[in-house]
Amino acid sequence: MSTTTSTLPARVPGRRAGAQRPASAAARGPRSRRPRAGRVLGWLVMAVVLLVTLFPFYWMLRTAFSTNAELAAQADNLGPAGFTLDAFRRVFGLTTLEESLAQGGAGGRINFWLYLRNSVVVATATTVGQVFFSAMAAYAFARLRWRGRDTTFAVFLSALMVPGIFTAIPNFVLIKELGLLNTFPGLVLPTFFMTPFAVFFLRQFFLGIPREVEEAAMIDGAGRARTFLRVILPMSAAPITTLAVLTYIQAWNEYFWPLLVGQSDDVRVLTVALGIFRSQTPQGSPDWAGLMAATLVAALPIVLLFLALGRRIVNSIGFSGIK
Amino acid sequence: MTALPAGPRARRGGRPGGRPARRPDGEGPRRGDLRAALVFLLPATIGFVVFYLVPAVRGAWFSLTDYSVLAPPRFVGLENYDRLVHDPLFWNAMGVTATYVVINIGLQTVVAIGLAVLMQRLTRSVLVRGAVLLPYFVANVVVALVWFFMLDYQMGVVNVLLQKVGVDPQAFFGDPTLALPTIALINVWRHMGYTALLIFAGLQAISPQVYEAAELDGAGAWRQFRSVTLPLLRPVLALVLVVTITGSFQIFDTVAVTTAGGPIDATRVIYLYIYDLAFGQLDFGYASALSVVLFVVLLGIALLQLRLTRANESDAS
Repeated sequence: MSTTTSTLPARVPGRRAGAQRPASAAARGPRSRRPRAGRVLGWLVMAVVLLVTLFPFYWMLRTAFSTNAELAAQADNLGPAGFTLDAFRRVFGLTTLEESLAQGGAGGRINFWLYLRNSVVVATATTVGQVFFSAMAAYAFARLRWRGRDTTFAVFLSALMVPGIFTAIPNFVLIKELGLLNTFPGLVLPTFFMTPFAVFFLRQFFLGIPREVEEAAMIDGAGRARTFLRVILPMSAAPITTLAVLTYIQAWNEYFWPLLVGQSDDVRVLTVALGIFRSQTPQGSPDWAGLMAATLVAALPIVLLFLALGRRIVNSIGFSGIK
Repeated sequence: MTALPAGPRARRGGRPGGRPARRPDGEGPRRGDLRAALVFLLPATIGFVVFYLVPAVRGAWFSLTDYSVLAPPRFVGLENYDRLVHDPLFWNAMGVTATYVVINIGLQTVVAIGLAVLMQRLTRSVLVRGAVLLPYFVANVVVALVWFFMLDYQMGVVNVLLQKVGVDPQAFFGDPTLALPTIALINVWRHMGYTALLIFAGLQAISPQVYEAAELDGAGAWRQFRSVTLPLLRPVLALVLVVTITGSFQIFDTVAVTTAGGPIDATRVIYLYIYDLAFGQLDFGYASALSVVLFVVLLGIALLQLRLTRANESDAS
């Protein structure tokens, strides 16, 4: 995942609207026909890109509302094949075993409510801890003066280069030694206190806050902790929200770590459940409708979050920081 | 690790040593910041030490041992490294991964550059940018399963469409020659919008005057792209490549839920192989040795790339 800190991309359109339009309009004058043809072609290409990008989402939706029997017969039907909610009933364990089998579902009992809850718990806990503790660290790196600060920061950042699996193996051993396999703490702890990216991301913002603001608060008698909580955090509400959204999405989508330490039913998150659901589907005639309904359940919260906060997320992609 | 526009600011805020002149009021014993810093850093430091630093050291140690988790590690020197040199499955995994990275990154970068330029010329619409970004925020597992269905041999919509235009249906995940490119393409689909937006941000930083000058010199769109956009974009592109290549090498989720390494090891990427060794066969020592090698390879590639582009940078500007 990657993001930026600066507001640069957001600011650019304004700047360009003022500075560039007259110039480019003038430049376009003499050969106004060719760019027009080019633009039509460009939009055609863009339309194809958007179609390819969005079609799978539509297809997931369409299949989730179909029946397995009709899906086979109407593989080329662009609408739902035999509109029904049965697939969702199967996914949420609302059907009996016989019903499920009759609908072309798997025999195993699945309960996506539970996995949905588990995903919410894990993603929420990860986000709250990681963002708050990373903000504290970022404050120390951006705002406090102490010997060895820049070196310490560089050491923290170097963790960005380490591939996940390299630390995942010893971390698994650690979680096992602590007796935390198949518990929420085991799932959350490794990313609860910090990620190099989160610290880096927030440090960039804190660096940009005018020192005077902070000094005013200190003169008023506020200590460091109070300044941090009452001045720095509220002033950084926007970047903190962005980071929180990105962290939440990341935690929600994580597959590898929960696969290692969260196999048991009571802590299983949606991504892991999906993998199991897929491997349980009968080889000959998979429960496609059920599978797509399940993927929809797993993707929907993120898609909704994206729709609600899309502009902020889109503008956060850029170059001050990459992970 | 990345080149960040934080330099000047960081310096302004920094300077642990150069303080006395600036604080004449004597109110602040600035060294006192150290105590505050320790408090503020405590949780993050715990996280860093416990879940990054110690595991890294431990991982390196495991790689020198025979370790099954059930019994304590037993030191075996470089035996694991010797074994991997002679392990055909390791070399297969590296080859498969490298092929995957080449297909994935090659296509993705070309498509993303095209898309970024297209967006810059056509529209700044947040809606368009949001739409192309959407796949990136959906879980790998979800993406993999949706495409797994769409590419199904019998019922997949892609094969249905192929048949309509007279092409035989393809076993995208069952055919050893098709499986890896298929997975690479799925991830191109997922990442192209995101990569395009990174490049798009880089394009915004190129001054419009440069294009105006090029236009005055009579350069057409293609010439402008080749002689202005690409060279000026090179540093950004290098950074994007370091990040995307590092990520691409760590392909796991998509393979794990679709082919699980098959058919006949055609998609057994290095991550999957390490995962199998550790958690399937409880061979933690050997698995750790492989992940050390992966780490070194990734580090080498990143350093090489940054070095090459630094040399080019001075050329271009």
